[in-house]
Amino acid sequence: MADGGMVIVGAGECGARAAQALREAGWSGAVTLIGEESLPPYERPPLSKALMVAAGEPQVAHPLTRDAAAQKGIDLLLGARVAEIDREAHAVILADGRRISYLKLLLATGARPRRLAVPGADSRDVLYLRSFADALAIRERLRAGARLCVIGGGFIGLEVAASAVARGCRVTVVEVTPRILMRGVPAPLAELIARRHEQAGVRFRVGAGIARISESAGTVKIGLADGDEIECDVIVAGIGAAPETLLAARAGLAVENGIRVDDRLRTSDPDIFAAGDCCSAPHALYDGRRIRLEAWRNAHDQGNLAARNMLGGDQRYEAVPWFWSDQYEMTLHVAGLADQATKHVKRDLGDGAELHFHLAGDGRLLAASGFGPLGKVAREIRLAEMLIQKGAKPAPDQLAAPEVKLKSLLNA
Amino acid sequence: MSNAGWIETCRADEIDEEDVLRFDHGSLTLAIYRSADGKYYATDGLCTHEQVHLADGLVMGDIIECPMHNGRFDYRTGEAKGAPVCVNLKTYPVKVEGGRVLVQIG
Repeated sequence: MADGGMVIVGAGECGARAAQALREAGWSGAVTLIGEESLPPYERPPLSKALMVAAGEPQVAHPLTRDAAAQKGIDLLLGARVAEIDREAHAVILADGRRISYLKLLLATGARPRRLAVPGADSRDVLYLRSFADALAIRERLRAGARLCVIGGGFIGLEVAASAVARGCRVTVVEVTPRILMRGVPAPLAELIARRHEQAGVRFRVGAGIARISESAGTVKIGLADGDEIECDVIVAGIGAAPETLLAARAGLAVENGIRVDDRLRTSDPDIFAAGDCCSAPHALYDGRRIRLEAWRNAHDQGNLAARNMLGGDQRYEAVPWFWSDQYEMTLHVAGLADQATKHVKRDLGDGAELHFHLAGDGRLLAASGFGPLGKVAREIRLAEMLIQKGAKPAPDQLAAPEVKLKSLLNA
Repeated sequence: MSNAGWIETCRADEIDEEDVLRFDHGSLTLAIYRSADGKYYATDGLCTHEQVHLADGLVMGDIIECPMHNGRFDYRTGEAKGAPVCVNLKTYPVKVEGGRVLVQIG
């Protein structure tokens, strides 16, 4: 029963990182990493960006190759689906009947795209992006001159829109809420990003609900709730993702907007951990509020942390949430959660780049967001992230002044 | 002393202390550093993980951090400090002459 090793379900960024972190921390027993896809773990962020626009044969980068797995003694089971967790016996049962016993189990099952639920949404011209195979299918359809309609003005939708422009497509983005990037990006920055897309020829329909999708003679029609119609050749829907919780729920683990974990990433079963897109954890920096993140950095950090805690560590998850999105020659970086901020301060970085700071009523910096060339934005947001982590209360007039170095505020 | 293989890059005072500057020479991209104690260093300019320009990242002490994935290197030795970076950065000899930073690339 307890003679098993460390078992990880889900071979994305999070699972692959955790498997390697177990070895880096000195664990010499068995490590089994189980993934449903047949490809070794690969990086998803480029799927909507570099992979869409790169000339030649599309490639993905692997944070863990088959060779590296073999060399590190990580048993990589690909194309394998876990059907059930037998908590009593400490074993996972694969769809083909194999049993693998575990000492500690990590669920890094990720998330899956939410599906459009309107009449006609099952059309073969409605595509979603999550996997490498999905990205290849979309890329194939984004031929020069093609009319693309993106449903959803979030990160994925806007990145696909920018990539499609680069491929010569005509692009319309339809968003049901009053503006793009409602979740996680403050309004003034979302406005700046919308302008950049419009410069590139992207058209927006915001506050527009979808009523139906229909097809006739090779043309797809999106019927909007207000009666308008948009004609296009292909649709990419990026309307969010749902955490993969089925396995956990079936095993009787607590689920609350993802697999419920504590701040050590332990589920309601002390021998089972969860990390990455699939779980929600309380966050000390945000009053213990339970948050679930779909982001590369979070998957990476939580994979590291879960591995150490599986080996008896007692580390708390407290990293500042951080996201990025590349669109055209610009990048959007966000550190922290801005939704409970009451004061907003803008710093102009020049060259069309802006930094926005979001502060709580008591003056604490909760979040910072920036849009512009990478070289203008990245290090400022990184410094802001460190200020947020410290619980700093920087003076708003200093945040607004471009000549005041954020590094100097950090050492203050 | 011969200056064969050395190229002149930026002015020494163009880089702040504990900071980094990008310098392109033909197809070669360098990152040139000035440490908190005023010493100069040079490494390849692109992160060994996903080819991101390191000069867009943050210098903290002896560490340069990649702006995209937080991969960290000791810029004095090029040593990769852990995932996601596992391949060391190439470093180059540096000297300061007449207020300019010279880097030996050949």
